[in-house]
Amino acid sequence: MSVIIFADQFQGKVKKSALEAVQYGAQIAQQLGVPAVAVAVGEIDGAELSALGQYGATKVLHVADARLNEPEAGAVTKIVAEAVAKENGAVIVFAHNFAGRSIAPQLSARLKAGFVAGAIGLPDTSAGFVVKKNVFSGKAFANVSITTGKKIVSVMPNTFSLNPGGGSASVEAFAAGLGDADFKIKTVKVETVSGEVPLTEAEIVVSGGRGLKGPEHWGIVEDLAHALGAATACSRPVADSGWRPHHEHVGQTGFTVRPNLYIAIGISGAIQHLAGVNGSKTIVVINKDAEAPFFKAADYGIVGDAFEVVPKLTEAVKKYKGN
Amino acid sequence: MKILVCISKTPDTTAKIAFTDNNTKFSEAGVQFIINPYDEWYALVRALELKEAQGATVHLITVGGADTEAVIRKALALGGDEAFRVNSDSQDSFFIASQIAEIAKQEQYDIIFTGKETIDYNGSSVGGMVAELLGLPFVSIASKLDVNGGTATLKREIEGGEEVVEVSLPLVLSAQKGMAEARIPNMRGIMAARTKPLKVVEPAAAETLTSIVSFELPPAKAGVKMIPADQVEELARLLHEEAKVI
Ligand SMILES: Cc1cc2nc3c(=O)[nH]c(=O)nc-3n(C[C@H](O)[C@H](O)[C@H](O)COP(=O)(O)OP(=O)(O)OC[C@H]3O[C@@H](n4cnc5c(N)ncnc54)[C@H](O)[C@@H]3O)c2cc1C
Repeated sequence: MSVIIFADQFQGKVKKSALEAVQYGAQIAQQLGVPAVAVAVGEIDGAELSALGQYGATKVLHVADARLNEPEAGAVTKIVAEAVAKENGAVIVFAHNFAGRSIAPQLSARLKAGFVAGAIGLPDTSAGFVVKKNVFSGKAFANVSITTGKKIVSVMPNTFSLNPGGGSASVEAFAAGLGDADFKIKTVKVETVSGEVPLTEAEIVVSGGRGLKGPEHWGIVEDLAHALGAATACSRPVADSGWRPHHEHVGQTGFTVRPNLYIAIGISGAIQHLAGVNGSKTIVVINKDAEAPFFKAADYGIVGDAFEVVPKLTEAVKKYKGN
Repeated sequence: MKILVCISKTPDTTAKIAFTDNNTKFSEAGVQFIINPYDEWYALVRALELKEAQGATVHLITVGGADTEAVIRKALALGGDEAFRVNSDSQDSFFIASQIAEIAKQEQYDIIFTGKETIDYNGSSVGGMVAELLGLPFVSIASKLDVNGGTATLKREIEGGEEVVEVSLPLVLSAQKGMAEARIPNMRGIMAARTKPLKVVEPAAAETLTSIVSFELPPAKAGVKMIPADQVEELARLLHEEAKVI
């Protein structure tokens, strides 16, 4: 038996959300007393892969096929299914990121293995196999029992902090016998935003709302984000008005984020906005209206004008960030 | 072109989230239900735009009890041509996907849309499962879709970037913000929806792979610590020393 973890990469580096999945899978493997086997696809350095041992992987199966630098979901489903067969996988773990969201459900239907999407706790195995996940977009949690022999879990990004140890994983070349028919989805263009922190993986998020009055005022948000090494986000009306790109929209109908620190600037804190951010460990609210509902969901608050407070905060945090 | 849009009924975004029966059931008391926003604003509207631009038949499907009919009628009012309701209250994604795949096998669609996820169970599973059951490619979380002859071009905003992919029809996709703009049904649509076909079918035999044991509400926040606007440095200090997040 084993635990199989899909460790997806972006441009040769294993994603942070995937490292969290490896660590999560390795913890289950330890509970069960079985090996934790990671599966990686595409061109990646051997050293990058053996370093997965630091997160508890015992072995890495590597399909070094350049066609998989963008993980074609159908092809990867086949690879992971073959890894499960080869290693007698009992639990299969993904990151609940873009790749995981496409591959895990396909694998679930293929193996008839129950799937819980977006786990926020380790499985409780005291009676069956019960996994806690967000429901109602973070307004509640559900404990979901997987009732099949094989089990699939995807791990909510930024939920489990990484604790790398000293291990090193053995790396084994793995051939899954992929033919052209396995690549139904052709990637024709990839544009990367280099240097930017992906929003869903960011440990700090600085978010702006309609209180900032217009896109021309986003400089103060970006300066603070830059000083903190943070990603930027926004409320829905801000994205709808085209002030910021759609992929920055957080909330019930946008992205769910769970950073260590979420700083909300000029956002009122509507229930739909809170739903996407209330898993954040620490929430700071800056709003000129003392009655703004967001303060009820905050850990720290400042009642004040964003245009005065935010530049001062940027200066103040630089002291702690050493830049 | 023949299109299927999967429609899920979800509580309104402002609904009070509470549970009954010893925290095993969502309390529907006083709750308004809506079409899952991702299904409505992005999947359904994009399907209708394709119909208007290129000509297509748009079918809708929901797996749910009789109480989902108001929601499916609204989707018909927006412009769907006909609808299926598979009569089951199951919450298991695989069971639901099996029902959709069953209808899709008979109807042979070129494009099957789901939303990115539902805003109640946040499973983001049904689309991928339907694709697998039908042996079709699945493009998840697409923010743009264009169809040119037998080829679909889709944009996905992935972590750290954006990708454009091409797939031959038929395909299954899950729709995300960016794909279309929400619409409001007009009076004519609402009238027409009353007489559009809504076929109720009994579920096919299928397995369930998961079950919800219980629900919990998040612990209440300890309370907010207010910092005067003229002491911003104090906030930075607290974030560093107390919260330890910077
Ligand atoms: C079905 C549905 C789904 C939705 N989904 C989402 C979602 O996913 N995400 C989301 O964000 N919203 C969502 N909404 C919208 C939500 O209800 C709110 O309308 C929205 O979040 C408000 O955005 P805001 O806080 O930026 O703007 P506003 O509500 O206009 O708030 C602006 C705030 O800025 C403050 N302000 C003004 N000037 C300043 C200043 N100089 N300095 C400091 N503060 C200032 C004001 O006091 C106010 O609190 C949804 C709504 C519906 C109906």
